[in-house]
Amino acid sequence: MGLFRDTAPKHYGTVASFLTPEQLLAATQRAKDAGFRDVDTYSPIPVEGVCELLKFDETKLGWITFFGGLAGAATGLWLEWWTSTIAYAHNVGGKPLESWPMFFPVLYECTILFAAFGATFGMLGLCGLPKPHQPIFNAPLMERASQDRFVLCIEATDPNYDPKDVAEFMKTLNPEEVETVMTSEGY
Amino acid sequence: MNKERLITGDWDYSSIDGQIGDVVLDANRHTEAKVPGLLGKLMPANMRSPWFLIIGIGFVFVNVLLLSITILVLTGIGVWGNNQPSGWGFDIINFVWWIGIGHAGTLISAILLLLRQQWRNSINRFAEAMTIFAVMCAGMYPLLHTGRPWVAYWLFPYPNVLALWPQFRSPLVWDVFAVSTYMTVSILFWYVGLIPDFATLRDRAKSKVGRVLFGMAALGWTGSAKHWFRYNHASIMLAGLSAPLVLSVHSIVSFDFAMSIVPGWNVTIFPPYFVAGAVFAGFAMVIILAIPVRKWYRLEAFITMKHFDWMAKVMLATGLIVAYGYGMEVFYAWYSGVPYETALLFNRTNLFESPYSWAFWSLILFNVVFPAFLWFPKVRQNLTALFWISMSVSIGMWFERYVIIPLSLTRDYLPSSFGYYTPTIVDFAMFFGTIGFFLFMMFLFIRFLPMINIFEMKELWHHMSHEKAHAHEAAAQEAH
Repeated sequence: MGLFRDTAPKHYGTVASFLTPEQLLAATQRAKDAGFRDVDTYSPIPVEGVCELLKFDETKLGWITFFGGLAGAATGLWLEWWTSTIAYAHNVGGKPLESWPMFFPVLYECTILFAAFGATFGMLGLCGLPKPHQPIFNAPLMERASQDRFVLCIEATDPNYDPKDVAEFMKTLNPEEVETVMTSEGY
Repeated sequence: MNKERLITGDWDYSSIDGQIGDVVLDANRHTEAKVPGLLGKLMPANMRSPWFLIIGIGFVFVNVLLLSITILVLTGIGVWGNNQPSGWGFDIINFVWWIGIGHAGTLISAILLLLRQQWRNSINRFAEAMTIFAVMCAGMYPLLHTGRPWVAYWLFPYPNVLALWPQFRSPLVWDVFAVSTYMTVSILFWYVGLIPDFATLRDRAKSKVGRVLFGMAALGWTGSAKHWFRYNHASIMLAGLSAPLVLSVHSIVSFDFAMSIVPGWNVTIFPPYFVAGAVFAGFAMVIILAIPVRKWYRLEAFITMKHFDWMAKVMLATGLIVAYGYGMEVFYAWYSGVPYETALLFNRTNLFESPYSWAFWSLILFNVVFPAFLWFPKVRQNLTALFWISMSVSIGMWFERYVIIPLSLTRDYLPSSFGYYTPTIVDFAMFFGTIGFFLFMMFLFIRFLPMINIFEMKELWHHMSHEKAHAHEAAAQEAH
């Protein structure tokens, strides 16, 4: 709070890096078997099967996109109907004012546009992006996680988290490196 | 499918990053290939590379473009060749041509993604960039064709003091919505695809500036399993949204013609015929750019002969659809029994009496005859032949629009309104100017952004090496 904000470093988690996706999968399995709950992995490519292990199956994004599309359709249709029949009712060649087949192209484009906004900004929003500095970046080995290393992280929010024990446990997984990640408030 | 031919040579995660990512991070990669001959000697020694040459040529033509726009804006669109009866000319021809070129990018990134075609990975980033710059070129034309581009926002619906709204029954307003949506969605899709690669570049960059800029562009991408999950989800949905968008955009562009009552335009085959033509022209442009760039930047391992073979096959298929379209136009004209349509047909094809038969027959030559060589596997494997056939397709598709526009407009119902369309030097300046602008933007893109999707190549390589390992195991077990 204010001036007295607690900025002392805290534990964010413990990370271990592996050379291949297979090793990462095996290590994640071991961490889950050992009873850790708050586990995440970081990799340069999507690793198949890791979300199943983490029991991460989110359907929110699909709904955001769907409602985005719905909002787009409603906006497009309302805009066309209101301008053509109320705001600027104009007789063109004796065509009916509510000539809905003619409204279709714009309606369709608006649907796609809003749904695409939903998919893109929904994805960013759910991931908590943009946030150029993430606490996990405090671990030097994370620099390789976007290149050629596969990283397992047991987060400090886990009820069983104890820095020493977790580091010991990580070493039994046969990793390349193990690091403890510290963070302070605001980072 | 033989995946091995999608990436050749020995790689690992890090060397893939190096080969593709360092094109951006290491300026020396741009001076490796040298311009040969006299032209090379004329260039300063440390800039004797194709990159500097093309960016230079592009820059000159960007200035030609700016000059032609200045002349146009100062004088009015009378400096163009379009006048009664041909109110549409180079502006709409080039608009449709450029939009078409853009379509291959979306097709490669969206439709091939949905169809799980892994060969798209090597060329999608490149083609998507092409889409964006081609749509930029396309957008300039209708904007300037309004004659008063500074009030172009009148095309959009917004509450104004005149209480005027766009006429939603007009295909031209549909165009505004279609093209601006297309541009926006293409940029979103492209940017989303770039995020993981920006993260890789952020972590590989040695300079502070690079780290900061790529860091900002990466938006804080960590590569967390949850990020990847949502990322894959979003890409599939964006692809699902873009695929029908491609089809709708060019269909709507064709409605500009098809909704009219002008002979030769008012036909229902226009939407599919335009879409196929767009893919045809788009793939041709991908090949035209990919052949030299692959050589200059030593990307032969990632854009293999298999890729060219498949692109050529897509071109062959869409070319046949387009050829069918030409056949159908002739058939309609005859079968409809409408004298105006039949007259138009004769005006297109009659070598002796039609003023435009040269355009029609060049179209057939460039779009039907030359691409027919793609039936031969030897031709598809020959990069020189492929390059020139793609050039021929680009020219042919331009002629297609040329044949459609001035021909119908200068020969409609009344002989008193017959005329002849002659483009002016400003028309040509603007056309070549946009080509220069496109090249300029493409080469800036090649310099500053990864032109091949790095993480997708790593993923592909990972799957390939896996399959190889499994095959080895199986072979070893059999031997025992």
